[in-house]
Amino acid sequence: MAAVKLHPFWQFLIGTASIALLAMVCYALGDSMDQWAVALILLAAVSVLAVLFDIIPVLAAALLSALLLNIFFIDPIPDYKIRDTESALLFFIYLFIALVNAVLTNRLRKQEKKIRDREEKEKTIKLYNTLLNSLSHELKTPIATIIGSIDTLKEIDPEIGSQQRMELLAEMEIAGNRLNKQVENLMNMSRLETGTLKLKRDWCDVNELIFLVIQKLPATDTIRIRFEPDESLPLVKLDGGLIETAVYALVHNATRYTPKQTPIEIVTTYNKENNLLIDVLDSGLGIPETEISHVFEKFYRLPNSGTGGSGLGLSIAKGFVEAHGGTVCVANQAQGGALFRIVLPVEISRLHV
Amino acid sequence: MNKPTVLIIDDEPQIRKLLEINLSSKGYAVRHAESGKEGLLLASSHFPDAILLDLGLPDMSGHEVLRQLREWYSRAIVILSVQNGEADIVNALENGANDYLTKPFRVGELLARLRSAIRHSDASTVVQTVETGQLEIDLMARVVRRAGEIQKLTSTEYNLLALLARNEGRVLTHQFLLKEVWGISFQSETQYLRVFIAQIRKKIEDDPNRPVHIITESGVGYRFQ
Repeated sequence: MAAVKLHPFWQFLIGTASIALLAMVCYALGDSMDQWAVALILLAAVSVLAVLFDIIPVLAAALLSALLLNIFFIDPIPDYKIRDTESALLFFIYLFIALVNAVLTNRLRKQEKKIRDREEKEKTIKLYNTLLNSLSHELKTPIATIIGSIDTLKEIDPEIGSQQRMELLAEMEIAGNRLNKQVENLMNMSRLETGTLKLKRDWCDVNELIFLVIQKLPATDTIRIRFEPDESLPLVKLDGGLIETAVYALVHNATRYTPKQTPIEIVTTYNKENNLLIDVLDSGLGIPETEISHVFEKFYRLPNSGTGGSGLGLSIAKGFVEAHGGTVCVANQAQGGALFRIVLPVEISRLHV
Repeated sequence: MNKPTVLIIDDEPQIRKLLEINLSSKGYAVRHAESGKEGLLLASSHFPDAILLDLGLPDMSGHEVLRQLREWYSRAIVILSVQNGEADIVNALENGANDYLTKPFRVGELLARLRSAIRHSDASTVVQTVETGQLEIDLMARVVRRAGEIQKLTSTEYNLLALLARNEGRVLTHQFLLKEVWGISFQSETQYLRVFIAQIRKKIEDDPNRPVHIITESGVGYRFQ
C-alpha cells in the first residue's frame, strides 16, 4: 500500500489522537470491554497506523496505546501500577507486539519502495534506449540523405542530368523538413517532460484552427481530408498553437497509417458539458484491440508499422491536450477505421463569428 | 540609385553566408556582424537600409540590441528567431521590429519580408490603393472591390482591413490591431479580432476558409498580402 504523504507533525497528531479517541470509546463502554479485548482493538489500530505512517509517529502511537492500556484498562483502574502476573504479561506482550508490528510493517514498506524504485529506473533506462535508437534512426536518415545528395551533386555533377539534379534537391528538401519536424517534436516533448510548458490561452476560432492544420499537410494528403466547418461553433479559449500541434499529430498519424486516397474526416462539436470535441475519423484498418491502450505511449509504434515516424506525435498530442485539462482517446469504429477524439473543457465567448 | 544595404547581425557563420549569397544576388549590398556590439557599431557607421537581427546572440540579447537600435535607428529591422518563440517574436514586434522570420526560413519568404519592411520604413511612400489578386482597396475613397464588385464593409471592418492593407506584407500583432482599431482599453480583447477577421474574410476572400489575403500568423498576429 502506498504511504500517505503527510507532514510528520500531522502523522504524530493523527496517530496519537486516534489512539486516544479509541481508548476513550473503549473506556466509555465500561465493563463490557475486557482488558484483552481492548488490547486487541488498540493493536489493530496501531497496525493500521503502521501501514499508513512513518516509523517514528507509529512508535509514539504504540507507546501511547500501551500506556493508556496500562492506566485505564489493566486492573485495577485507573492506576499505572501492575499488580498481578496476568496483567503484567498482558502489558509486556502488548508492548512487544505493538512495537514489533510497527517496525516490521515499516521495513516491509521500505522494501516495497526499493523494488518500485528499481522498476522505475529500469523503465527509464528502457525508455532512454528506445529514445536513442529511435532518435539516431530518425535523425540520421535525413542527414544521410542530405550529405549523400550533396556529395553526388558536388562530385559527379557533369554525369547526372538536370532531371536527377532536381530529384536530389527535392530529396534534400524533404529530408530537411523531416529533420525540422523531428527536432520540433523533441523540443515539444522536452517542454512537456520538464514541465516548462506554459499555456497561453486566447480566443480561438476552431474552424480556422482546423483549416490551418489541413493547410500544413502535404497536398497529396490535403485532398483526403473531409471537414465541414460548423458555423455555429463559438469562439473558445485555448492555447491555439498547442491544440493545432495536437490536432496535426492526430491527422498526420491518420494519413500515415491508412491506405492512400481513403478519406479522413474531422468533426468538431461543442457539447452540453461545455466541452469542445475534435474527432478525427479514418477509414483504415483500425487498431488491434491488444495495442489500443499503448497508442499514446512515448515512442510506441504499432508492430509492422513501416519505416519512419518516431512514435512521439501522439504522446505529444496527449500531453498538450492534458495540459488543457482535457483528454484524448482512441476507439475503433463499428464500420471500420479508427476514431481519435480530443475532449477539451473550454470557456466560450458570447461573441459569434 | 545606390544598392540598398542590409546589415546582418547573426553569430552563425553558415546563416550569414546563406543570407549574404542570396541578398547580394538580389542586388543588396551586405554587411555582417557576429555580435550585438559589433552590430550596433556597424549600424551607426553604415546606417543600412535594413537590419536582419538574430535574437540569440552570444554577447547580449537581441532584444537589447533592438532596444538600443530603436533609440536612433528608424529604418527596417527584421528579426530572426527560433521556432516556438512566439512570445519572443511578439515582444520584439511590440518593441519596434518591423517583421520576423523563424529559422528555418525559406529564402523566398526572407526576400519578401525584407522588401516589404524596407518599403514600409520609408515614410515618404503614401499608399493610395492596394491591389492584390482580385482584390482592390481604394484607401482614399474607402472603397473595397472584389473582382470589380464593391463590397459592403462596416466601418470597423473597413478600418481593420485598411490598417492591414496599408501594411501589406507585414505582420501586425493582435495587440497592435486592437489598439489601433478599437482603442487602448481593448488590447486584450482578441475575441473581437477573431470575429471581425472572420467577417472580413467572408467578404474579401474567394474561400474564407482558405484565406489568401489575410494570413493568420499563429500566436503572433495577421499579415495582409
